[in-house]
Amino acid sequence: MSAIPSHSHTQHLVTQRIAFVLLGLCTLVVVLPVLLIFVYLLINGAGAINWDFLTKAPSMGGKAGGIFPAIVGTFYLMIGTIIFALPVGLLAAIYLTEYAKQTRLVRIINLAIINLAGVPSIVYGLFGLGFFVLTLRFGMSLLSASLTLACQALAMMIAASREALLTVPREYREASLALGSTKLQTIRHVVLPQATPGIITGAVLAMSRAAGETAPILTVGAAFFLPILPHSPFDQFMALAYHLYTVAAHVPGVPKAMVWGVALVLLVFVLAFDLGAIVIRAKARARRHG
Amino acid sequence: MNIDQSILTNLTRTSLSQPKLSVKNVNLYYGSFQALRNISLEIPQNAITAIIGPSGCGKSTFLRLFNRMNDLIPNVRVEGAVELDAVSIYDEDVDVVEIRRRVGMVFQKPNPFPISVFDNVAYGPIRHGIIKRNELPHIVERSLRQAALWDEVKDKLHQSGLSLSGGQQQRLCIARALAVEPEVILMDEPCSALDPIATLKIEDLMRNLASDYTIIIVTHNMQQAARVSDMAAFLMMEEDRAGVLVEYGPTSKIFTNPHDKRTEDYITGRFG
Repeated sequence: MSAIPSHSHTQHLVTQRIAFVLLGLCTLVVVLPVLLIFVYLLINGAGAINWDFLTKAPSMGGKAGGIFPAIVGTFYLMIGTIIFALPVGLLAAIYLTEYAKQTRLVRIINLAIINLAGVPSIVYGLFGLGFFVLTLRFGMSLLSASLTLACQALAMMIAASREALLTVPREYREASLALGSTKLQTIRHVVLPQATPGIITGAVLAMSRAAGETAPILTVGAAFFLPILPHSPFDQFMALAYHLYTVAAHVPGVPKAMVWGVALVLLVFVLAFDLGAIVIRAKARARRHG
Repeated sequence: MNIDQSILTNLTRTSLSQPKLSVKNVNLYYGSFQALRNISLEIPQNAITAIIGPSGCGKSTFLRLFNRMNDLIPNVRVEGAVELDAVSIYDEDVDVVEIRRRVGMVFQKPNPFPISVFDNVAYGPIRHGIIKRNELPHIVERSLRQAALWDEVKDKLHQSGLSLSGGQQQRLCIARALAVEPEVILMDEPCSALDPIATLKIEDLMRNLASDYTIIIVTHNMQQAARVSDMAAFLMMEEDRAGVLVEYGPTSKIFTNPHDKRTEDYITGRFG
């Protein structure tokens, strides 16, 4: 027997519908900018993209030619960043979550890490210039830029790793320890495998952020115009984000479509990495639950 | 009943030997809060000892004394002595890892690792350095047979442990604990998340294991304590919420002729 809808019942239904519509609209507002940016770039930039654009070096100060060195430079930069940020960030996170007693010092360290993420990126650039380029004499180079970006990425890497480690249920740790495993074995064989998807996600997000950074690499090794590929970590390099800045703001007479094209490549580059992270994470999850 | 018979044989056998575990004047504190007060008792070898008592009286805390799992909680402090085969396990030079290898544990909620059935059972032996791959299948099969799970999982050893039913998962956890060949098995309400049939299977299993292992079980279920245990310890909390041992003795005596009025009240269901 169905209940007769009373007045208040219909009112609840109406309220519920309004709430749903409002929540849906808010979600749309979140998604819309992303879609708009992507569509806008696609419309304006797709015309500039062809095989030569992707595989040739720029010429005439960026007014013509391709962006190959910038794509390669950005790729190297991401790899360089993560090579330093992942191990250091992960090990620090393991220490902070698994080993450190929750003393005042550890709380201050945690606070410092959070603040690390809030430091303006140009400050990292300046620090990199002073420390890696001049003091350690790495020069204006891929190495200096990677290390500078790694410093910036550390905060994110540590936060993501900590989060991932903390989500591993206590039951698993207890089960492992109760079997007479050492703490290190428990971390290595129970906690880390469980936390891996989260750690990978954090690493890839840190990498895609590194790809998008312009200010910090400006001072430590990114080249304005360098139509050759870096041969060693001590070479200067081009990067997509910086190249975009120069062709958009500093080189007169660059075809507009080309500027949009650079932006589109940068965005697709970053999205491809993020997509890769999602796939890796899904696979790791499926394997652990299969 | 044959269970009564086994209790008698067990008791005559165990009363002759020295206790497997003994607890001497133990006080346990979480920070400034006292969770256990002045507890002393002796756990006989190759018998099942049940720890019963109302919620929050410190049963699990008491159980975790025996494999030092309380160590994982910050600010915990233990006074008094706990001895395994007459050797103190709280001395400074004691290797906690070794203690936990000798004193296994099964938890309230089945907690197999999210890896295959085989790898779950092999986890302990591998960590303890069984690296000869050809030994592992034997250890895994033996442990699963001991846990009365082999016939149900022999064709799905490479499926995830999480794909098993709740009762099977708990027996998998028992097999996992048995694989490292412990001497004592601690069980913290091992059936509280299981249905009655799965519960009976675990109880049967416990009776079988009791001939080779010293078992301590925390349970909320009075019938279960009466059914499976040889000895029973009744814990209660005092006004400041510290757990104390009210009565300890053979299960038949605790359940039929308790010494203490509080034990009687609890067992007959007047509180708790």
